[in-house]
Amino acid sequence: MTLEAEDKPAVLEMRTIRKAYGPVRVLADVSLSLAEGEVRCLAGENGSGKSTLIKILSGVVGADAGTVTIAGRPQGNDAKAAISAGLSVIYQDFSLFPNLTVWENIGFLAAVTAGDTLHRRSARRALATETLKRMRVEIDPDTPVERLPVASKQLVAIARALANNARIIVMDEPTTALTRSEVARLLEIVGALRDEGVAFLFVSHKIEEVFAICDTITVLRDGRVVVEGPIQEFDAASLVEAMTGRSIDSRRLPRIQAEPTAPFLSARKLGRRGEYTDVDIDLRPGEIVSVVGLLGSGRTELALTLFGTLTADEGRIEIGGLPVVFASESDAIDHGIAYVPEDRLTEGLFLNQTIRDNIVVSSLEKNLRAGFIDARALAQRARDAVKALRIKTPDVSPSVATLSGGNQQRVVLARWMERDPKLMILNGPTVGVDVGSKREIHELLVALSRSGKAVMVVTDDISEAIALSDTILVMVRGKITGRFDANDVDEDQLYNEVIKEGRA
Amino acid sequence: MSKPLSRVLATPQGVVLITVLVFALVLSIINPAFFSVATLIDLLRNSLVTGIFALGVMMVLASGGIDVSCTAIGAFAMYATMKIVLGVDIDLPIFAFFALSALIGAMLGLFNGLLIGILGLPTLIVTLGTLSLYRGVLLTFLGTTYITAVPREIIAFSRKVLVRMENAAGQMVSLPYSFLVLVGVAAVVAILINFTLFGRKIYAIGGSEEAAERIGIRIKRVKVMIYVLAGAIAGLAGMTHVTLSRMANPFDLVGMELNVIAAVVLGGARITGGYGTVTGTLLGVFVITMINTTLLMAGVPSYWQKVVIGGLIIVGTGLPIVIERLSRHRERISRSLSA
Ligand SMILES: Nc1ncnc2c1ncn2[C@@H]1O[C@H](COP(=O)(O)OP(=O)(O)OP(=O)(O)O)[C@@H](O)[C@H]1O
Ligand SMILES: [Mg+2]
Repeated sequence: MTLEAEDKPAVLEMRTIRKAYGPVRVLADVSLSLAEGEVRCLAGENGSGKSTLIKILSGVVGADAGTVTIAGRPQGNDAKAAISAGLSVIYQDFSLFPNLTVWENIGFLAAVTAGDTLHRRSARRALATETLKRMRVEIDPDTPVERLPVASKQLVAIARALANNARIIVMDEPTTALTRSEVARLLEIVGALRDEGVAFLFVSHKIEEVFAICDTITVLRDGRVVVEGPIQEFDAASLVEAMTGRSIDSRRLPRIQAEPTAPFLSARKLGRRGEYTDVDIDLRPGEIVSVVGLLGSGRTELALTLFGTLTADEGRIEIGGLPVVFASESDAIDHGIAYVPEDRLTEGLFLNQTIRDNIVVSSLEKNLRAGFIDARALAQRARDAVKALRIKTPDVSPSVATLSGGNQQRVVLARWMERDPKLMILNGPTVGVDVGSKREIHELLVALSRSGKAVMVVTDDISEAIALSDTILVMVRGKITGRFDANDVDEDQLYNEVIKEGRA
Repeated sequence: MSKPLSRVLATPQGVVLITVLVFALVLSIINPAFFSVATLIDLLRNSLVTGIFALGVMMVLASGGIDVSCTAIGAFAMYATMKIVLGVDIDLPIFAFFALSALIGAMLGLFNGLLIGILGLPTLIVTLGTLSLYRGVLLTFLGTTYITAVPREIIAFSRKVLVRMENAAGQMVSLPYSFLVLVGVAAVVAILINFTLFGRKIYAIGGSEEAAERIGIRIKRVKVMIYVLAGAIAGLAGMTHVTLSRMANPFDLVGMELNVIAAVVLGGARITGGYGTVTGTLLGVFVITMINTTLLMAGVPSYWQKVVIGGLIIVGTGLPIVIERLSRHRERISRSLSA
């Protein structure tokens, strides 16, 4: 396959690309080429420069030096020219129009590319429905995108790129919100298009996907290409090592068994009509409990109830043995509960504010001096947090928007850790985080729990649940259908539990 | 609450529509003479200028901006047009008056557009600045005197009416030809935003500027165009005002801008961008005019108009949010968990 690919003409050439933001060098002499029908994986840790390279390639951001050639045509800093040359990009943040319908979002790229003057409703709508059908996803084309859950938004972003008949498709972490079967279908489509000669540049932190679909790999570390070659030259361990510069253990984290203690929080017969019912859960200091379930299984709603965002309409919650009622999130926060949300971009972060402010915003009272905020101490605390979580930034004063996706996720984590909560609830804590950092975040959470905090993780990442948890609860259609000791359950077993009677 | 009613009330336009109907009903019970074609005609006539302004502002709002300078553009354009026409002293068809005023408006809009689109300055700041600037230049350099000796083409045009009738009080009310300007602008804007890609780009930019740029929309160009169009429309509104009042007063129009924006927001456009329709906007204008005029007719002190309009803005934009929340709640309750 690779040999074949080498014979074919390069549809994309990037040569010695350089880019710096102020004093921060993001890309140094990166070269990359893509032949017709080649699927190349662009791998690297958070902040290694993958998204930046993609933005340069697509003409959204200008490079400081170097050249980009698409289909033989040299490109400048011009998104439209790159699109007309046959490039489609699925951006890490989706870049959709929340106010427009699904079909208009999907058709818009094609309309702009074609240089339409008139708004060709029926043609564009037909294109969108046909693309969604090809992807075998069921999303009502007339819904406004802002009403969709994250996974569907991601599918719409993918559909938009596929609908444009592109010759080169760049996918920046296209599967972060998707279930296994959706990923499988996406990979199928990629395979079919590859056979038609479409070239792909694929960014993912999920190693299995990379090996399932890619022909060649380029690994970035700190803005440089460290290795490059056909996939056969790599295995999971060597790829991870190339990315991180060290070897990462993927097994379950070692830990001392927690002493059985009285639960910090327990819920009995908890239910919220239409979302979940009859949930019993105990969250103990020193223990990590994962709730694993598909999207729509009620896992997020359960977490939000424990955090006071939603109210249960049956059952009860007790903290330290005493019944409590949360009228709002601040009640839960007062009880020492923290929640790290699923969709960090809209729920978690103030993108245009500094990293410092984002980290300390919910724990300002820690640095009060005679009623006034001690700015220097705040900044120091933020800096310590940046170091502890290895957030890749020169300082705490740039805005969070300048961070890479995975590093933004760490800022959210840092904020809640700064509050010293007694119970930390995390929803998808490592979505979009690279393998190395994922391991670090897991280690951090294990350490946190061993220091006497209760931790609850909501996730659909089965290997994460096993690596991280002490106890795993499986949630299917609003009910807890299984309880496992993470020591003696394997991935396949757990996966089968999770999809049981799911996805009718 | 019955299903259809709650669906109507779930959009600002719906709330406005219901308000219009309830208002009309109450007023016609109090005063049966109110409910007549004559009243309707009078209302339409009174909404003309606000309506034309509002259509331009609606496009700006849809693109995620705001334009408070529209009234200053309108005043500048109409007064400058009159000065020019009286200065050159040749007979021009009425069409040329409107064209000239629109052209001047477009040029002032272009200045807004360049500052906003090319330099990327915040729209509120720019248009607040130019509101004052255009008005200042108008009063300083063009003059502060009323022009009452308007050209006879304008007089002739303003005499032409589509319908004329006597109202209950025995006064003549009429719908002048300039109503067609509103109809024309509404039609053009409706076609533009619904049937051309340019129009859809306005909404795309209003939804997410970054996303628009990434799919290859030249947002600078689109933004400049939007402000040019809004300026031209403001110029037409200014000229329409002249034909209605048969004189050109440089102190007129400015001060209406908040009413215009209120009407647009009541019509379903959002300050945050991405939304807005022609019918909604016209409805918003109509209800605001209705409140202003009828309360006045009913002898309610004019401060009350402000209270009513303020209340309507809050209810009109707040109620849909509450209803949306309620319906989501109901949808959840009715969902069953067993497959
Ligand atoms: N606009 C900007 N201003 C300043 N620095 C930036 C800007 N955009 C990106 N950076 C920096 O460039 C580096 C590379 O970011 P990039 O988003 O390309 O990483 P990435 O490889 O895509 O990571 P991830 O896997 O987390 O998405 C990061 O350190 C980031 O902080
Ligand atoms: Mg990235």
